[in-house]
Amino acid sequence: MSDAVTPPATPTADEAPIAGAVETPFRRFCRDYMESRIATVALAVLVAIILIALFAPWISPTDPYDLASVSILDSKLKPGTQSMGGITYWLGTDGAGRDLVSAIIYGLRISLGVGVMSGVFALCIGTAVGLTAAYFGGRIDAFIMRVVDIQLSFPAILIALILLAILGKGVDKITIALVIAQWAYYARTVRGSALVERNKEYIEAAQCLALGHNRVVFRHLFPNCLPPLIVVGTIQTAHAISLEATLSFLGVGLPISEPSLGLLISNGFDFMLSGLYWISFFPGVALLVTIVTINLVGDQLRDVLNPRLQK
Amino acid sequence: MTVFIIRRLLQSIAVVLVMSFIVFVGVNIVGDPVEMMVSDEADQAEREKVIKSMGLDKPWYIQYARFIGGALQGDLGKSFVYGEPALQIIAHRIPATFELALAALVMAVVVGIPLGVYAGLRPDTVGSKTIMAGSILGFSLPTFWVGLMFIMVFAVILGWLPSTGRGDTVELLGIDVSFLTMDGLAHLFLPAFNLALFKISMVIRLTRAGTREVVHQDYIKFARAKGLSNRRVVLVHLMKNIMIPVVTVLGLEFGGLIAFSVVTETVFAWPGMGKLIIDSIQSLDRPVIVAYLMIIVLIFVIINLVVDIFYSLLDPRVRLSEIKS
Repeated sequence: MSDAVTPPATPTADEAPIAGAVETPFRRFCRDYMESRIATVALAVLVAIILIALFAPWISPTDPYDLASVSILDSKLKPGTQSMGGITYWLGTDGAGRDLVSAIIYGLRISLGVGVMSGVFALCIGTAVGLTAAYFGGRIDAFIMRVVDIQLSFPAILIALILLAILGKGVDKITIALVIAQWAYYARTVRGSALVERNKEYIEAAQCLALGHNRVVFRHLFPNCLPPLIVVGTIQTAHAISLEATLSFLGVGLPISEPSLGLLISNGFDFMLSGLYWISFFPGVALLVTIVTINLVGDQLRDVLNPRLQK
Repeated sequence: MTVFIIRRLLQSIAVVLVMSFIVFVGVNIVGDPVEMMVSDEADQAEREKVIKSMGLDKPWYIQYARFIGGALQGDLGKSFVYGEPALQIIAHRIPATFELALAALVMAVVVGIPLGVYAGLRPDTVGSKTIMAGSILGFSLPTFWVGLMFIMVFAVILGWLPSTGRGDTVELLGIDVSFLTMDGLAHLFLPAFNLALFKISMVIRLTRAGTREVVHQDYIKFARAKGLSNRRVVLVHLMKNIMIPVVTVLGLEFGGLIAFSVVTETVFAWPGMGKLIIDSIQSLDRPVIVAYLMIIVLIFVIINLVVDIFYSLLDPRVRLSEIKS
């Protein structure tokens, strides 16, 4: 983002004594990050979203999937109406009488879970492949990169759709599909930065010490390739969440037993034409806020972690 | 050059073969076709008859060879649902999808380029900042949800535009098209805009970046010094130079539009091949699923091949580095 260009950092008077004489890299990182107010707010919102998702059973007003407490008589209530049991449905209820606030909180849990899990797996596989390609070079590199290029010429949604058409629905299946659709992005990123790092003196020094390939790659090369990987990781996770929601909406992603935000929106679609907007509107807002905050955090990380922009 | 094209062609054929193998293995091993064909009450003899008639008693490589042989002759089986050849059903739906994708592409250019040029020429105005904020939103908003909101606002609340279907169509060169009738245009607008939203954001960013780079070039300064009108400088000298990356990326993204039309077609019940595949997955119509996957892979491979060849024509460095490696 354009407003994230950092002016030369002048340590304020009150900051210096607390920080002590030494400025650790982590402190500098935090200070650089905080320079963008939007990004700081986004990070706070993101942390809140993650906490809500983690502690869903304790936070949500009702358990939307406890059949004993959900009553069909409460179905399709407008936002803000009170139930006979005395609970206020701030965002209304869906077609089955579930409180939407609770459904969204539980939905976030599933959406974030699938997104993060597939992101982590894709990152591991992509990193391993990318490092292998960059470190060994030559034919291995050419072959791996050709495969990556071919895969990247297909949009991720198409690859995921092809796989899900074959595999069917399920949390495990959509995770597999997202991992296969996304590993190539990580592989390309890691290879790019590893190629630059590989020619630096410290790698040569490590090789001169006759350290094993594994040690050179994982202890020396890998840590120095991390910054761009973190940035791609955040943005791809947002992408994965959006993709999962889209696929679930299309009815090829998660089964009804795992109601992610995408499925909640899809349920509301049936009621939309009769004017009951809230059933798919609010889950969509939750999805949107999640994706936008992750993207904002990722954008700011890109600026902060980019050595070329560092003063 | 010829070497380059031949290599790319071979690579494309390899990709199609690999994908056909993945689809074949996936569909035949993950799902049991016999289960789907035979009712639960069928006895053993009846099951075996079906297995034999589908050639499932043969080893896998013969089955695969038959599958490829059939595919080459344009025979990918008959749809379980419609009872017609799968390929024919899909071919029938392709024009609708292409019309939608092309309409979205046109919108991306018509809306995106002027906004991008404006934001690039006057980067500090409120208007430009709004445009850029909007483009970030366009990147982040999930397509299907925006589509739902469009339906809610423009079809349900305001009642301005229809929300489903293609409307009246006219035949143009033997193909049914919507954009030549008023009713069809009204039906086309929302889905095309929905599909275009992401690309509009992208075109805005590309154009803006290009404009900001180009305005400082000497030839722009020279054109201004010559006393040309602002209009001529922007429309001729500037536009010509920013179009190259925009056109390249748009060409590449046409495939993306076709892929994403799956989402838009489902939301707006647009009768294209994207909606067909979702319906077929829902009803387990295997031959149609397989045929769709093969056709979409083929479309993509062809788009990529054409783009690659154009690229190498425009930029000789691409094919030289290829041949060297």
